[in-house]
Amino acid sequence: MPTQKEDASVTKSDYIKAYRVMLLARVLEEKLASLYRGGMIKGGVFLGRGQEALSVSVAMPLRKGDIYAPLIRDQAGRMAFGDTVLDTLRTYLGSQLGPMRGRDGNIHRGRPREGYYAMISHLGSMIPAVAGGLLARRLKGETGIVGATCIGDGGTSTGAFHEGLNAAAVEKLPLVLVVANNQYAYSTPNARQFACDDLVDKAIGYGVAGHKVDATDLAACLKTLRKAVKAARGGGGPQLVVGDLLRLVGHGEHDDGSYVDPALKKAHVGGDCVLLAAKHIVKQGWATEDDCAKWRREAEEEVNATVDKVRREPSPTAEDDDWAAFSNSDFAEIYAGA
Amino acid sequence: MSAITYLEAIRIAQEKALADDPRVFLYGQDVGNFGGAFKATKNLAKEFPGRVFDAPLSEDAIIGMAVGAAIEGMRPIVEMQFADFSTCGFNQIVNHAATLYYRTGVPCPIVVRLPSGGTSGGGPFHSQSMEALYAHYPGLVVMTPATVEDAYSMLLEAVALDDPVIFCEHKFLYYHLKADSLPGEALPVGKARLARAGRDATIVTHGAMLHESLAAAAELAEDGYEIEVVDLRTVKPLDTDTILASVARTGRLLCVSEEWPWGGVAAEVVARVSSEGFGLLDAAPQRLNAKDTPVPYHPDLWSVHRPTASAVAEAARRLLLI
Repeated sequence: MPTQKEDASVTKSDYIKAYRVMLLARVLEEKLASLYRGGMIKGGVFLGRGQEALSVSVAMPLRKGDIYAPLIRDQAGRMAFGDTVLDTLRTYLGSQLGPMRGRDGNIHRGRPREGYYAMISHLGSMIPAVAGGLLARRLKGETGIVGATCIGDGGTSTGAFHEGLNAAAVEKLPLVLVVANNQYAYSTPNARQFACDDLVDKAIGYGVAGHKVDATDLAACLKTLRKAVKAARGGGGPQLVVGDLLRLVGHGEHDDGSYVDPALKKAHVGGDCVLLAAKHIVKQGWATEDDCAKWRREAEEEVNATVDKVRREPSPTAEDDDWAAFSNSDFAEIYAGA
Repeated sequence: MSAITYLEAIRIAQEKALADDPRVFLYGQDVGNFGGAFKATKNLAKEFPGRVFDAPLSEDAIIGMAVGAAIEGMRPIVEMQFADFSTCGFNQIVNHAATLYYRTGVPCPIVVRLPSGGTSGGGPFHSQSMEALYAHYPGLVVMTPATVEDAYSMLLEAVALDDPVIFCEHKFLYYHLKADSLPGEALPVGKARLARAGRDATIVTHGAMLHESLAAAAELAEDGYEIEVVDLRTVKPLDTDTILASVARTGRLLCVSEEWPWGGVAAEVVARVSSEGFGLLDAAPQRLNAKDTPVPYHPDLWSVHRPTASAVAEAARRLLLI
């Protein structure tokens, strides 16, 4: 495959911009892992190590006004869409000042009013939600909008994946559905998850466009996602993008991933997209190894300073929460004491 | 004006919601040009082009899409063809719609219409009453209109509410319950209605069981018993005040519900009255539910599976003798 030609369509500035978001996500997640081991995190930690290139590439071509519903390993995509180190740490460390106010944690954060949907844990559920958001935009007369959401190989086996993608296809909605095939759903390998040759083969069954990408390669990811988003934005209906990669961590930080086949780690799919991207930058002469090291230090400084700040912030208190599941305050009186 | 059926009231309410509020749209199986399996959306696709459309047979996607549309500021009304099939969209209702406001601060103003309850020949999968199941989950308003007037006004209120509403419309009432006109005003959401005043016992009920209970009360009146009947209208929020006030007058409580007994609305009412109004009771509170089996298909079995007027009257007589 003529990689040079492919690279020519991704500019130096786009590549470096994407790389620095990936690096920040990687550094932030390393810190989260360390805080988890130190007992500082409320709840679990689920990392996207090895998935940064695909993840960042989903959000890079999105614009303000688009919809984005990331999944659990999309720290890089989240940050490219506008999420911050501060909001991330506030959610993981349980600060009252975060967007979820202690009511939900870690990867379940979002700001739905800003098009940044907050995932629920039930895999596939965000696909119909994004489709519905896009349907609403259409009914409001908005055009040129894209909604992107991400899922893993395991999530493709859910009913919601099928129902959501099919309904979006029927309505020809501008949905970009990105499957990070990281080879394992928790501990379950691809061979126990699906029987088709390749997940991208599902596209034809739904009547949607399919795209396949080597998700260890940032340039390939940027190019493929840019194409898919452009096609959706231009009225081409749903786009199914499947990226092959390997999850380079356990399912969560509680899991050592001992079940991962060592051969996969050594194979091409086991490549670390962050390291590969750094090598590519140096090889192209876009920056030096020292520049890359400096960028990492800058990311570490931002993350560390934000951790210090957030750790001084208040936790939610039982007295301050109104314990109201209804937005209608009239109901609070009816429920008093119940 | 000719008499308006319960079903027609639901159609008219949706027509009014579509006419009054550009944020409203209808999505569900066969709701478009066909007008719905029960014709609750008849002519609406024609009347409101592009705002009433068919969905694939995908309850999860229908509800999930409604949630997404609500996030974007719309007010979707979605129809489950039968309440029973809402279990296929259960996850989106209880985990997505119900939690959205508490988690994110963004309300989820969707209405999920559930054609509910038993009819003759409906069988195990076209007859279920699911109000308690949804009421169990925080964040869902659960409405069970028992009259033509409430079917109309409560559906309009459901659309206006910022919270997700499970609208349990009773299929048994669709065709033979009629009213001369539709109301301009109604009781607020969450307020129960005193359907019949009495002094000897209170029956708390909702949905189609209101009419069985009123028939039972009329039968007992011939024997000189004055039975008070409370129509809950909305099972969540539950109007405990109105229930307790009635029990304070009568001292006796019978809860009648078409649902299965285990963890049902009747069980919740009995629990609340027992803990908050124990001193008001002259006898142990009673409940009458459907039998604890799947809903049978054959009319001869179905007619005794659910509480009927005679079963309610019998249960009330037993309560009066305690």
